[in-house]
Amino acid sequence: MQNTLKVKNPAHVVIHTLLIIGGIFMLFPFVWMIATSFKGDDEILTTSKKIVLLPDVVRPDFLNSQEDRDRIERRAERQRLWEKEQEKPAAERDRKVRAPFNWYDNYVYAWKAQPFYRFFLNTLFVTITVTAVSLFFASLAAYAFAFFNFPFKDLAFMLMLGTMMLPQQALLIPNYIFLSKLGWINTYFALIVPWLASAYSVFFLRQFFMQLPKDLFEAATIDGCTRFQFYYKIVLPLSKPPMVTLGIFSFLANWNSFVWPLIVTNDTSLRVIQVGLSYFSSEAGTRWGPLMAASTMTILPLVIMYFLAQKQFVESQATTGMKE
Amino acid sequence: MANKRNKDWSAYLYLMPVIVILVIFHVLPIFYSLAVSFYEWDLIGSPEFVGASNYLRLADDPMFYKSLWNTVYYALISVPLSILFAMLIAMLLNNPISAIGLYRTVYFIPVITSINAVAIVWNFIYHPDFGLLNKILDIFSINPQTWLQDPFWAMPCIIFMSVWKGLGYNVIIFLAGLQNIPKHLYEAARIDGANRWQQFRHITWPLLSPTTFFVFTISTIGSFQVFSQVYMMTPRGGPLKSTMVIVYYLYRKAFEQFEFGYALAIAFVLFMIIFACTLFNKLYLEKKVHYT
Repeated sequence: MQNTLKVKNPAHVVIHTLLIIGGIFMLFPFVWMIATSFKGDDEILTTSKKIVLLPDVVRPDFLNSQEDRDRIERRAERQRLWEKEQEKPAAERDRKVRAPFNWYDNYVYAWKAQPFYRFFLNTLFVTITVTAVSLFFASLAAYAFAFFNFPFKDLAFMLMLGTMMLPQQALLIPNYIFLSKLGWINTYFALIVPWLASAYSVFFLRQFFMQLPKDLFEAATIDGCTRFQFYYKIVLPLSKPPMVTLGIFSFLANWNSFVWPLIVTNDTSLRVIQVGLSYFSSEAGTRWGPLMAASTMTILPLVIMYFLAQKQFVESQATTGMKE
Repeated sequence: MANKRNKDWSAYLYLMPVIVILVIFHVLPIFYSLAVSFYEWDLIGSPEFVGASNYLRLADDPMFYKSLWNTVYYALISVPLSILFAMLIAMLLNNPISAIGLYRTVYFIPVITSINAVAIVWNFIYHPDFGLLNKILDIFSINPQTWLQDPFWAMPCIIFMSVWKGLGYNVIIFLAGLQNIPKHLYEAARIDGANRWQQFRHITWPLLSPTTFFVFTISTIGSFQVFSQVYMMTPRGGPLKSTMVIVYYLYRKAFEQFEFGYALAIAFVLFMIIFACTLFNKLYLEKKVHYT
C-alpha cells in the first residue's frame, strides 16, 4: 500500500533516478573488476572500441559480435590443438601448444604467483589480535575514566585525546627507527604492538560508559563487589553494542592497513594482504586478468563481512541511541 | 569521600596498557622526530648534528615546493568536490523513499574496500589502450587520452578516484547531520511560501554548517596526508613528477634514499601546515558555523 503511494509522488521518481545513476557509478568499477577477472588476455587486450562487460564464458551467443565469434572460434581451435597434443605421450608433446583459457585461470595464476594463502593468514592473525586486544585495553581504560576519580585524570584524558590529532606520517619514521633498535622489524610484534592502544576507542567507549548509572557502581561496591568484578560482570555485558561497532571499525581499518606494514616488514612470510597485493601489482604489470582476480580476492571477504555485520551494526547503533 | 578517592592511584592499573603504548609509539616519537630532524642520519652510521641545515635545504628544494603545490592542488579540488557530491546525495537520501538501506550500503561499499585494490581497478579503467574510460569517451567521439601517463591528467585522475572512494563516508556523516534538523522548520518555511532553493539557503545550509565544518576539517587533514593511491597508481611520482605529493616525497626520502633527518624535517613542516590549516579552520571558519 505504502509503496504504491510513494511511487505516485513524482519527486520520488526523480530522487530514485538520481540515486540509481549515482549507485551504478559507485558499483560499476567493482562489476567491471569482477567481470574482467574471468576474462582471458585475448578478451582483455583488445583495441576494439566496443565495451563488452560479460566474459566470453557466460555471454549468450546472440550478444556476440563477429569479432567475439572469431575470438571464441580461435579459442576452440586452441582447445582442439591442446587436446590432440595431450593424446601424445608426454615426451613427444609440443611445448609451444599452450593450455586454453579456463574461466578460473586468473584466480589460479594470482593464487600461485604470490603466497596469497599466507598473506590471508597473516592478515587474519594480525587483524583479529589487534581488534580483540585493543578493544580489551580500551575498555579497561574507558572504565577507569568513566567510574574512577584519580590524580591527573583530566590531564591524562586530554593527553590521550591529543594523540588523536597527530598525523600518522610524522610517527612513521621515529617508530621505524625505534622498532629497528628493538630488533622488531620483520616480526609480528611490529605489526601488532603499536596498534594495541587506540585513543579513539577509549574515547568512544568512555562516552558509552558515562551513560551507565553511577548508583549501580556504588551499590555493587558496597555489596562487596570488587572493581574488576564490576567491570567484567556488569559493564562488559552491558556494552556489547558499542563493542560490536568498534570491533567492525577496527577490523576494517586493520584489514586495509597498508603503509605501516609496507614499512616495517619486507619478508614475504610476514606480508599482509594489502602489501602482498601491491607487490603482486608491480610484478604482474599488465596482466589485468590476474590483477583483477587478486583485487576481487582481497575485497570480497570484507564486503561479505560488511553485509553479514550490517544487521548487527544497525542494531548496535539503534540500541546505543536508545540508551538516553 | 571524594577526596579519598582522589588519591586513588590504582586506577592507573586499568590505564596502564593504553598509556604505555600511546606514550611509546605515539607521544615520544613526536619529540624524537623533532630532535632527529636536526641531524643527518642514514640509520646505519652515527647521526651527525647539522643544526637547522635540513630545514634550510628544504627551503631551497624545488622538489619540495613541487610536492607541496601538488598536495595543495589535490586538496583544493578533492575537498570541495567531495563535500558537494556528498551533501547532494545525503539530501537525496534524506527523503522518505523506499530502499534507503540498500542505497546507503551501495554508496558505502567503496569506503570499506581497500585503497590498494581499488587503485588497481582504476589503473585498468584509466588504461590508455584497453581501459574502460577511453572506450566510454569513444562513444561520444572524444579522443583517447593517456590519463595516468599524462602530466596534465594524472592528478585529476587520482582526485576523481579518491572522491569516488571517500564519498560514502561523508554521505553518512551529512545524513546524520540532516536528520538532526527539525522537520517543522521546513513545514513553516513551506507555509511561508519558500521554494526549495530558499529552504536550502536559509534552513539546510546554516543548520548543517557544524557538520560541513567537521567534514571540511577532517577532509582537509586527510587530503594533506594522501599517499596510498599515489603510490599505487603513479609509481615514482608520476609523469614529470606531476603527482609527487608531500607524503610520497617524505616516504621516498626516508625509505628509498635513507635520508632520515631530511625526511623528518619534511614531516615536521607537513605537521605544521596541517596544524596551521586546522587552526585557521577553527579560528576563522568556525565563526561562520551556526551552532544551535
